[in-house]
Amino acid sequence: MPELFHRKLERTAIGFTLAIIAAASVGGIVEIAPLFTIDETVEEAPDLRLYTPLELAGRNIYVREGCYACHSQMIRTLRDEVERYGPYSLAVESKYDHPMLWGSKRTGPDLARVGGKYSDFWHVAHLTNPRDVVPESNMPAYRFLARATLDTSDLGVHLEAQRAVGVPYTDEMVENASRDAFGQATPDTEPASGVVERYGEATQVSAFDGVTTRVTEMDALVAYLQVLGRLTGAAFENTAASEETPDPQQ
Amino acid sequence: MEEVEERDPVSGHLTTGHEWNGIKELDTPVPRGVLMFLIVTHVFALLWWFLMPTWPLGTTYTRGLLGTDQWQTVERNLVEAAAERSAWVKAIETGSFDEIRANEPLMRVVQGTGRQLFGDNCAACHGTDGKGGSNYPDLTDDDWLWAGGPEGIAETMRIGINSPHPESRVAQMPAFGRDDMLDRAQVSSVASYVFSLSNPDYSTARNVEAIAAGREVFMTTCAACHKEDARGDPEVGAPNLTDPYWVYGGDLQTIVSTVHGGRSGHMPTWDERLTAAEIKILALYVDSMSAGNP
Ligand code: HEC
Ligand code: HEC
Ligand code: HEC
Repeated sequence: MPELFHRKLERTAIGFTLAIIAAASVGGIVEIAPLFTIDETVEEAPDLRLYTPLELAGRNIYVREGCYACHSQMIRTLRDEVERYGPYSLAVESKYDHPMLWGSKRTGPDLARVGGKYSDFWHVAHLTNPRDVVPESNMPAYRFLARATLDTSDLGVHLEAQRAVGVPYTDEMVENASRDAFGQATPDTEPASGVVERYGEATQVSAFDGVTTRVTEMDALVAYLQVLGRLTGAAFENTAASEETPDPQQ
Repeated sequence: MEEVEERDPVSGHLTTGHEWNGIKELDTPVPRGVLMFLIVTHVFALLWWFLMPTWPLGTTYTRGLLGTDQWQTVERNLVEAAAERSAWVKAIETGSFDEIRANEPLMRVVQGTGRQLFGDNCAACHGTDGKGGSNYPDLTDDDWLWAGGPEGIAETMRIGINSPHPESRVAQMPAFGRDDMLDRAQVSSVASYVFSLSNPDYSTARNVEAIAAGREVFMTTCAACHKEDARGDPEVGAPNLTDPYWVYGGDLQTIVSTVHGGRSGHMPTWDERLTAAEIKILALYVDSMSAGNP
């Protein structure tokens, strides 16, 4: 009987192919599919902000330049990682990351919480030539970013694409995308107040690369680096990071 | 199906009965070792189902008999680590800077931990050795832009300089040239004056006039922040301009561009990123780097 079954299966090419696919996808189905229904997979974070158009453009440059090949954005649930980088990453922190940039290779340090750690000025100097600020660095120089004018004309389309995969950008945000990208890099202007109005008080408006007359790819990338880990405070609640020092006597 | 019971004369294994051009296919059994391995791993997998979180149940999952949870594990490790360190962390949190400095074993911990923290958080700007560089002040000299001593350093770290912290220190050196507060000649002469303060050789007969004119400008425009003796004012973070320590550079060209374009260094706030004990450790560590230096 089993021989018969086997004989038959082996002789039906399409049926056999389908059987192989079914067998090979068991792992994926068992490990991945249930995560879509299990409540605990993605935590709640009501304060989660959206990437502004400028930050999203910076994110695209981060992907384009392959920064993820040397930098992860995922602090793992290990003691030494938490002590060095801060609270471990939560799934909800990459809720609006399409695609996610967790990465798995660390030639350089993890960047999940690098936002606010350095000044804009430092980031610009570091990206222009890492050796100027960290003499022993082997990170490549990205000098050209400060010379490349950012193409803001298609940012509205990028926002729409993100919306198609579930990021709640409003029509108003899509419409004003180019203007908002310009505003975030030119403090004290009317477009600057527009971006804060749409994306929240915590939005960082700054002349990231120090030049306000035009918006460069450097502006966008630094804006993105400065918001990493700062879209929500969820990871800082109920984690060991806020632990009181225990009493040594106990 | 035709029954085959044919043994290969060389290996002694059964054949499958298939034959291609006289070559017969052997029906070699799975080696015993591999078979055992497969059985053991299957048994292990069965046990694992019960011990570990495994099976999805709609919106939840089986938690497993061991109750393993990575979040709780790391939390427990951190609490254990904190407990191990608690003796000296408590001593640092509660002690005054003088008490800590008088406590030799505690200071050894401060040196070791401080070095580590400095490398992770401060070295990118101030250099691994704390000597700073262009745009970043040297922390190893005993010449402070802001309040020095561990208390002052801890406060600078807590609130930052020109940082988003609501209490941040604010350092603003105005852009006298760019914003048309001084004309070109004035910028150049006041720069000569400032340069001459730390380079007495510069006051030659050829420059003496420019320096005198610059002194004039300095007294009316700059002394408010840098003081009449140009020794600076830690209240507003205005540097001492008479010593050999420079944040941006003490050559004539750099002084001209400082006066022309202004300066406003940004030092991040460490209030959220570091704990109170870590800030104290770093303050003592930074303070000790400058000990004995002028
Ligand atoms: C070849 C690997 C490599 C690539 C590619 C790379 N980096 Fe780095 N990066 C490093 C290394 C190594 C360091 C640590 C030394 C230093 O600070 O320069 C670093 C450090 C950094 C830091 C400072 C992190 C900290 O906490 O001190 C930032 C920010 C950063 N990189 C951003 C980027 C960005 C943005 C890109 C893409 C444009 C990028 N890196 C591409 C290797 C790389
Ligand atoms: C992003 C770069 C950057 C990083 C990182 C940084 N600093 Fe600073 N720091 C500065 C700058 C710039 C100044 C000078 C600000 C000014 O112009 O007044 C400064 C000033 C200081 C001062 C005041 C110096 C004085 O003379 O009064 C102290 C103390 C100090 N930093 C300590 C630290 C410590 C400790 C750390 C690590 C926790 C650190 N800094 C990390 C950029 C940085
Ligand atoms: C409003 C107060 C203020 C006034 C007025 C002022 N300065 Fe400054 N100056 C500062 C501050 C604050 C800094 C430090 C800036 C920083 O590090 O971010 C500074 C820095 C400098 C530096 C750089 C020192 C270094 O270590 O590289 C020079 C040079 C200087 N001032 C010269 C002048 C001259 C000349 C004038 C008058 C034309 C002047 N300043 C007027 C506040 C002032």
